[in-house]
Amino acid sequence: MSDTKPRTDGGATTTARLRRTLDRMTVEDAGLYVVLLFAALFYIVPIESGLVTSFKTGTAIIETAPFAPPGPSGFTFEKWQTAIDALLRGMGNSLLYAVPATVISAIVGSITAYGLTIPTWKKSYKAVVLMLIIAGIFIPYQAVLVPLTQFWSQWAQLDQVLSFVWALGVSNDYAGIVELVITHVAYGIPICTLLFRTYYKTMSEEMIESARLDGATLRRVYRRIVLPLSGPMFAVVLIYQFTQIWNDLLFTLVLVSTESSPAAPVVLILAGLGTSLEGQDFALRMAGAFFAALPTLAVYIFFGEEFAEGVAA
Amino acid sequence: MPDFFRRLHRTISPSSGDDESEVRADGGVVSDGPTADAPTEPDRDATARLKAALDRRFGSDFMESSIFWLPPFLLMGLFVYGAVIWNLLISLTDYQRFENAPDYSDLDFEMYTRALADSGFIDAAVNTLILLLLFTAGTLMVGLLLAILIDRGIRFENSFRTIYLLPMSLSFVVTAQFWLWIYNYNNGIANSVIGTFGLGPVSWLGNQDIVLYAIIFALMWQFSGYAMVVYLAGLRAIPREHYEAAKVDGASTLKMYWRVIIPQLKGATISAAVVLMVFGMKAFDFLYSLTGGYRPPNGADILATKMVREAYANLNWAYGAAIAIVLFGMALGVIGPYLVYEYRRDNL
Repeated sequence: MSDTKPRTDGGATTTARLRRTLDRMTVEDAGLYVVLLFAALFYIVPIESGLVTSFKTGTAIIETAPFAPPGPSGFTFEKWQTAIDALLRGMGNSLLYAVPATVISAIVGSITAYGLTIPTWKKSYKAVVLMLIIAGIFIPYQAVLVPLTQFWSQWAQLDQVLSFVWALGVSNDYAGIVELVITHVAYGIPICTLLFRTYYKTMSEEMIESARLDGATLRRVYRRIVLPLSGPMFAVVLIYQFTQIWNDLLFTLVLVSTESSPAAPVVLILAGLGTSLEGQDFALRMAGAFFAALPTLAVYIFFGEEFAEGVAA
Repeated sequence: MPDFFRRLHRTISPSSGDDESEVRADGGVVSDGPTADAPTEPDRDATARLKAALDRRFGSDFMESSIFWLPPFLLMGLFVYGAVIWNLLISLTDYQRFENAPDYSDLDFEMYTRALADSGFIDAAVNTLILLLLFTAGTLMVGLLLAILIDRGIRFENSFRTIYLLPMSLSFVVTAQFWLWIYNYNNGIANSVIGTFGLGPVSWLGNQDIVLYAIIFALMWQFSGYAMVVYLAGLRAIPREHYEAAKVDGASTLKMYWRVIIPQLKGATISAAVVLMVFGMKAFDFLYSLTGGYRPPNGADILATKMVREAYANLNWAYGAAIAIVLFGMALGVIGPYLVYEYRRDNL
């Protein structure tokens, strides 16, 4: 209710508005805000304490509270330096599969959803296809891991197919990156299809029907009407998929396997960052965690709305 | 039958090569087509008639639209359902160590009897169930509470929502690092918080009786924002009049939510619960990252971690596959009823 009101008085300053809000506030409201702020604190503190810790020297970690800033004497960039050195190549590798896999699965998802939503065919058969697709979202990936390993190591040996690439001096570990792209696309199709389908279901039927009556083919309807209108949903799907693929550890672990590999993605190196060094270097872990999270954090900060929409569907 | 598939395939994509094996992987979708009347006709005529017959059976746009959804559907079907069936086969073999491929000639249920006799498996199964139930229930409750609070027409609604959902955008590998730091024995926040109440210090990740609950708490932190978003969408769909009618009837705020609003959030609860439960089953990334290895902290082993460890660390491929099938069965037990429910509500 208070969201719409301040718009009417353009000249009001923030402080005046704030004062007016405070005047109108009852005890109940105040309690509500206190609860909300405490909840916000609960979500922020783990992240905030990680951030401040990443800038602390070894002594500052012991002497200051975990969530307190390091202070001038205990401040250092050293851990970030080490973390960036260790993770930078992983960032490149992650981008190398996350970006293509995201784009391809979004496009494929859009096409699939179109074929299953706009054209008219028997609903009961459509429902079977849709059920199989939606169930695919929820399959625990553990149930496909062993066959997946078999498939990529024994049946489709990309290692040999792509030998001309290795001849150019690229490490053949990068076959793992190609495998990751295909794997993520295949397992991303269900969720992308579902997201686009919820959107296409709300599309105006009259426009499409009249185009169909004019003799437009399905392909033409997609290219001329549906695709140009899919922009907002593409934003949602791209953001959702990018976050998912970037954050996934299981497939990278199985398909690339070792963090020492030149093709190791960033999550794989990060998972081993603490263990490969002596003791519990928390500052380094925190710096690494933040560095690895930068792309998804940036996406979240700039496209929070779209992210929420993708998650909620 | 193969002939029928080949012809069907040619109708769908006239230019592409012959990969009938792929088509067959999910042939179940195409039910008994009219193969009998085809052979004597010339090929072109036969395909045209086949197309007409299929369109008649499945609806007017079936053939024309299949080029859009069928290839992706088959790719997905191969990777998901093909792999699950393959996994089932592997779980019946004795595949292990550095054998290149499973020996499919001798199939039995040895791996499943082995699982039942393995106390590690039983423990992991129990832990999975605890995680599943507590994590789902807790996350839903926190999410619902946040959604109701945020929906009360507050200022800075977007900022609060953004903060609550923030952990969802982070990788489990990343959040595991944060929680390692929080649960750290010497100077972690968890111990300083309970320290102010005169308790602790507690070895959160070292104590076998506590570690699972500590992990559930951390996962709730990460996922309650998700539950909040789902509930918020549900709340927004409830007409304002329902609130007002309850107010007019003199119901207290608490009673109004309990009697009028929350029952209307059934759909949101079900879909969020399914997502959370299925997630709880496959929560692998977080546990792996806590230790940076295949063995999670003692007392926190779940089926998802045990499966990966058996297969990829101990190289007991068939045994890992068997555990995976158990996990798949559990997931199916959740997804199956959900899909039927959605179908009944005409939501598919």
